[in-house]
Amino acid sequence: MSPRHRNTSLGFAATAKQPGAKPRRDADARRTQDPAACELLEEAQARGITTAFDRFIAQQPQCGFGLDGVCCRVCLQGPCRINPRKAGMEKGICGAQDYTVVARNLARAIAGGTACHSDHGRHIAKVLLHVAEGEIGEENYRVSDPEKLRRIATRIGLETEGVAVADLARRVALAALADYGRHTDETCTWLTTTITPGRQTKFKHCAIAPTAIDRSITDIITQTAMGMDADPVNIIFGGLKTALSDYTGMHLSTDLSDVLFGTPTPVLSQANLGVIDPAYVNIATHGHNPTLSSLVVDAAQELAGEARQAGAKGVNVVGICCTGNELLMRDGVYLASNVAGQELAIMTGALDAMIVDIQCIMPSVRAVAECYHTAVIATNPLVKIPGAHHVDFREETALATAKEMVRLAIRSYGKRDPAKLRVSEHKQDVVAGWSLEALFELLGRIDADHPARVLTDAILEGEIRGVALFAGCNNLKVNHDQSHLAILKGLLANDVFVVATGCSAGAAAKAGLMAPGSYEEYGGEGLKKFLARLSQAGATRHGLPAVFHLGSCVDNTRAADLWTAMARELDVDVPKVPFVASAPEAMHEKAVSIGSWVVAMGIPTHVGIMPQIEGSELVYGVGTQIAHDVYGGYFILDPNPTTAVERLLDALEYRVWKLRVHRKAADRFGAALTAGY
Amino acid sequence: MPVTLEEFERIYEGAVEDGQAPRGLFKQAYDGAVIATSYAEILLHQALRVHGPDAPLAYPDTAYFLPVITALSGEKVTKVGELPQILNRLRSQIREELTFENARRCGEATLYAAEIIEALRYLEGIGEHPEPWTGFLSDPVVRRYGIKLVDWTIPGQAVLLGRARSSKDAAKLVAELMGYGFMIFASDEIIEQLIEEDVKLGIDYIAFPLGSFTQVIHAVNYALRAGLAFGGIPPGQREEARDYQRRRVRAFVLHLGEIDEVKVAAHFGAIFLGFPVITDQEVPEQLKDWWVSHPNYEDLVAFAMELRGIKLTGAKVDIPLNFGPAFEGETIRKDDVHVEMGGGRSVAFELARMVGPDDIKDGHIEVHGPDIDQFKEGDRVPLGVVVEIYGRKMQEDFEGVLERRIHYFMNYAEGLWHVAQRDLCWLRVSKEAFRKGFRFQHFGKLLIAKFKDEFPAIVDRVQVKIYTEEETVRALLKEARSKYHARDERMRGLTDEAIQEFYSCLLCQSFAPNHVCVITPERVGLCGAVTWLDGKASFEINPTGPNRPIPKGPATDEVKGMWPAVNEAIRVSSNGNLEEVNLYTLMDRPMTSCGCFEAIMAILPEANGIMITTREHKGSTPVGMTFSTLAGMVGGGVQTPGFMGIGRSYLTSRKFITADGGLARVVWMPRELKEFLGQDLVDRARELGLGDDFVDKIADETIGATVEEILPFLEERGHPAFALPSLI
Repeated sequence: MSPRHRNTSLGFAATAKQPGAKPRRDADARRTQDPAACELLEEAQARGITTAFDRFIAQQPQCGFGLDGVCCRVCLQGPCRINPRKAGMEKGICGAQDYTVVARNLARAIAGGTACHSDHGRHIAKVLLHVAEGEIGEENYRVSDPEKLRRIATRIGLETEGVAVADLARRVALAALADYGRHTDETCTWLTTTITPGRQTKFKHCAIAPTAIDRSITDIITQTAMGMDADPVNIIFGGLKTALSDYTGMHLSTDLSDVLFGTPTPVLSQANLGVIDPAYVNIATHGHNPTLSSLVVDAAQELAGEARQAGAKGVNVVGICCTGNELLMRDGVYLASNVAGQELAIMTGALDAMIVDIQCIMPSVRAVAECYHTAVIATNPLVKIPGAHHVDFREETALATAKEMVRLAIRSYGKRDPAKLRVSEHKQDVVAGWSLEALFELLGRIDADHPARVLTDAILEGEIRGVALFAGCNNLKVNHDQSHLAILKGLLANDVFVVATGCSAGAAAKAGLMAPGSYEEYGGEGLKKFLARLSQAGATRHGLPAVFHLGSCVDNTRAADLWTAMARELDVDVPKVPFVASAPEAMHEKAVSIGSWVVAMGIPTHVGIMPQIEGSELVYGVGTQIAHDVYGGYFILDPNPTTAVERLLDALEYRVWKLRVHRKAADRFGAALTAGY
Repeated sequence: MPVTLEEFERIYEGAVEDGQAPRGLFKQAYDGAVIATSYAEILLHQALRVHGPDAPLAYPDTAYFLPVITALSGEKVTKVGELPQILNRLRSQIREELTFENARRCGEATLYAAEIIEALRYLEGIGEHPEPWTGFLSDPVVRRYGIKLVDWTIPGQAVLLGRARSSKDAAKLVAELMGYGFMIFASDEIIEQLIEEDVKLGIDYIAFPLGSFTQVIHAVNYALRAGLAFGGIPPGQREEARDYQRRRVRAFVLHLGEIDEVKVAAHFGAIFLGFPVITDQEVPEQLKDWWVSHPNYEDLVAFAMELRGIKLTGAKVDIPLNFGPAFEGETIRKDDVHVEMGGGRSVAFELARMVGPDDIKDGHIEVHGPDIDQFKEGDRVPLGVVVEIYGRKMQEDFEGVLERRIHYFMNYAEGLWHVAQRDLCWLRVSKEAFRKGFRFQHFGKLLIAKFKDEFPAIVDRVQVKIYTEEETVRALLKEARSKYHARDERMRGLTDEAIQEFYSCLLCQSFAPNHVCVITPERVGLCGAVTWLDGKASFEINPTGPNRPIPKGPATDEVKGMWPAVNEAIRVSSNGNLEEVNLYTLMDRPMTSCGCFEAIMAILPEANGIMITTREHKGSTPVGMTFSTLAGMVGGGVQTPGFMGIGRSYLTSRKFITADGGLARVVWMPRELKEFLGQDLVDRARELGLGDDFVDKIADETIGATVEEILPFLEERGHPAFALPSLI
């Protein structure tokens, strides 16, 4: 009945609820903005290969109850479908109302996302521990960035003076692992030591500060079981607590990955399917975890000779999805595709092996590979695909296993069918590798002691309008990459400093938004001026991009560290920092958990795919409006890229306006800056 | 007879027309109540886990605990551990069935939830707001504006919630409300909008920027305290409290901008108290007279006033400045001054005098000497203001009454600042006011308009003469001084014994229905605002108004001050609540208090004396209580021997508790009050033979704020109270 989003337009344009359009059957399966993907979808059509693009169409119309989040399957009496407008169906069999069912489903999605990220983080932490304890040999893994290790140790309160690297690594790894299973009531270390005092207080008062990652996942699954919590607010708060565990697991994952594999620095590379070079043995690494794939890169270099013997020029490792981002960030490995194009990489006919680790791996890659020579190799005990190779990857024998897989790829190379080659010419230059450290080095050219202030000053002076984080997946409910690119370009043209992670970064990279000097093409006048200033302030190996690649999706806490640093510079809590986030094509449960903690942290967060919450006005209102009153962040749910750009800009402008007014009030009344937001 | 639920709820009849209930709206109220109470529950139990059940819970500086709870269900909450059962009771009244009645229950539960959420902020140490945001408004603020509420200078309360379409629109709405004199409570971003537009905000401007989200509850706990403090409604009399709000607190809610569930639930909290809600949004469902849409800002205020039944009288003052009681508390800092007058910096005076019908041209204004634009910024300007009045019922005695109004009227203009009176007056005109076009003739315009508006029965014609040449001002000042002198002589003759009539004052009955002040020449009203002459003038203006003569007749007790005629008058006027009153003692059947007293006196048996504290004094006192706590005991028209609300200047009266020993009893008062009374207090003590140094024998907070701390001081200085008969 009322406008269902938080209107932050200072011009106060009249707006109303924009319910998510239910996906319709669309005859054209070539629904992509990516020219390479478009070519390969035509190839698929010609060859009669079914892809996710086709299956999306086949699934229409999708179940309305499911889309609204009012289908309850938590017990065997179900599924119950809640329909508030139909007498007798307003509640499930147990009496659960719309808000209970929607909140439960949402919370369980958060649990799913949190489980994924934290499992990833635990894996990294265990590798670090085993490296420190000497159980894993130097040839496999080592501490690559001892300086970062020291910085982390200092931040979490460990003594570093005179402590050897291995010992420090062990202590840091144990501290990280302690965040998983603590049985006492202290808040997770990686949460408390990385956020503002304001957020610490807020999370504590609202009882959403997690004490242990595993426990909050267990808690929320329990809380949302049949016959447990019916209170939507309590469920949502439980969900937020889980989401903050997600943050914790993600942050420690990024930290420790940097320690093991090196903190990224700017690096030049290329992106899109055109990076698959038929002259080479091509290996795609796909998934999220760098532990395996980084060794595949090493093994590929070592075995280049064997590849040449087999007739190839060498071994070309390319990345897909976030494993691709991890390798791109640290090693400059080519990025072949984001998540929606994973099947298409096989259809180039030149991909000899696809090594997959965890998350976002569509089972269909194996089915597509049936039509080609490509070896699909699964490597994780939790990820097996019938009909695919399975290699039991262990860290202790990592390099040997990696070599084994590269050799499999070289063998596979020999089975290529030249008739099926459909190599793409499309690729773009990319300058990636913008860890927070790298970004601060860049900003630090202007103010070395206060790099974040360079951003906040530019915002307060009106040169740029704020900072935006782009994150998330591809979702075939919308035209592949279209929302990413439209919103990215819209914000760039309006002078927003943009950082990106995950498959959103992939979309930007493929479209040339990360090419050296691309800011000159896409940036508005203010952004161009700002980046030119940074560019000229020091020697740059590569020209600056329009969009700064921050890493894989697990690296979103790099952006959190950035807004926390900006909050410190402005002497405010996060809800007042001119910073927004957008997940234009959110798909995975991980996106739900990330979005939830980003909101809890105090950031306006756009999601371009309607989440499955429209079945409860209460949950919708809490997420889109009331969340602001409690946490400062809130969801902007809008599938329309044009209006999404407006709303994101509104949110930034509004924060700058509020900051200005609050500063004015403090000045006029000789009082402290209000903590209100 | 107490109001029953059924009687009270008749006000909602007819809201749901033809069975067409706005179910979507009720569902929002239900959802919002679920959210608010669940959130309160989460915060509460977390606070209990962290702080334990015995952690003290209190808003700052109030005698009414958590006023929403105190007023509506009577629990005097002081510890966190007392809250769960209260919150649980309210949670249990949230019903799923979508009816108006249930929506109001949801609203009530939401009020409790918000009160708990906000009180917990103070427990967690995050309750205080930097200026201009106020957060919780303390009791002294509630009392400070009591007198303006009761005489309808403040015609109502506007609660502004959300965000207007633009900052300019927000400023325009508020300027309109301030022009009418509304008390304004603001919550959420409209506050930032008003700050952006440099609208004057804060306690001094009767425009309270509360905060955001559930902080809007501070408008509600303010209103409910009015019932407790002035209305004498006992805690927990839910329907009485609601009836009081409906009848006497003329509030409405303007909801600007987008709506969400919690806000709708809060709206129904307002409706539960009898206040309508107007939204600027286009909405599919409305609730007749209670929850209505009015998107047009042009007549939004007029629409809201009509809906709440607020009618305004009074002429528009035609000057280029905003005008209203909101600006009375405005200060103009040195840097903002365009020119100033008087205050020892230049010669200045003001005089009101009655003239004959042939000596006056109604509405005429003369400015003799250079106008303000002929002075430089920072100049000190000589000023004489002479207000000449003709009225068939005008009396010379009223000149002083009217002259004192010059102070208030001038202060009502934004950008004018005025203190003191007569030849001690001190005025400032701000740069902004000058920029907006203020010229000296506007002094005349505003004075003429206000005198005719407020004193129609005694003022038939007014003309104003302004003088700005030093020589002329000095010449006229001599004349004025002889007038002041004559008036002072007359005042000295005005004693309780010399006159035949006292005056009752029922002004406060609009808020304190059982309280009556008896005003005598030597006892100003406890608000400090109504003197015997004011009462007399007011009776002339309106014989059926708040002040009526009491022909005093013979006394039955000259010492304590009891007159049968006075008893009869108060019995009738207090609705039979009071039978007898003594005017000269606080120990036996003393005068009652409404709630807007300037000061309170209380006995201090250990010192055989009394102490006095003021609204301005925030600290504790030798009776172990702050002003707020003491005030909570004496308001509402109830006799409380040993305690009494008074006007500040009553201390220097010759009839100051004469039956109890008078001024010699005073053993403690805040330093600020000593300074305020100044030479008058010294003179009065000397008159009484208490010696030149009596004031120095009175302890204050610099000596101590407990009996133990001040007794040695009093003994050492030889305070005369010890020599008086025992007080009790």
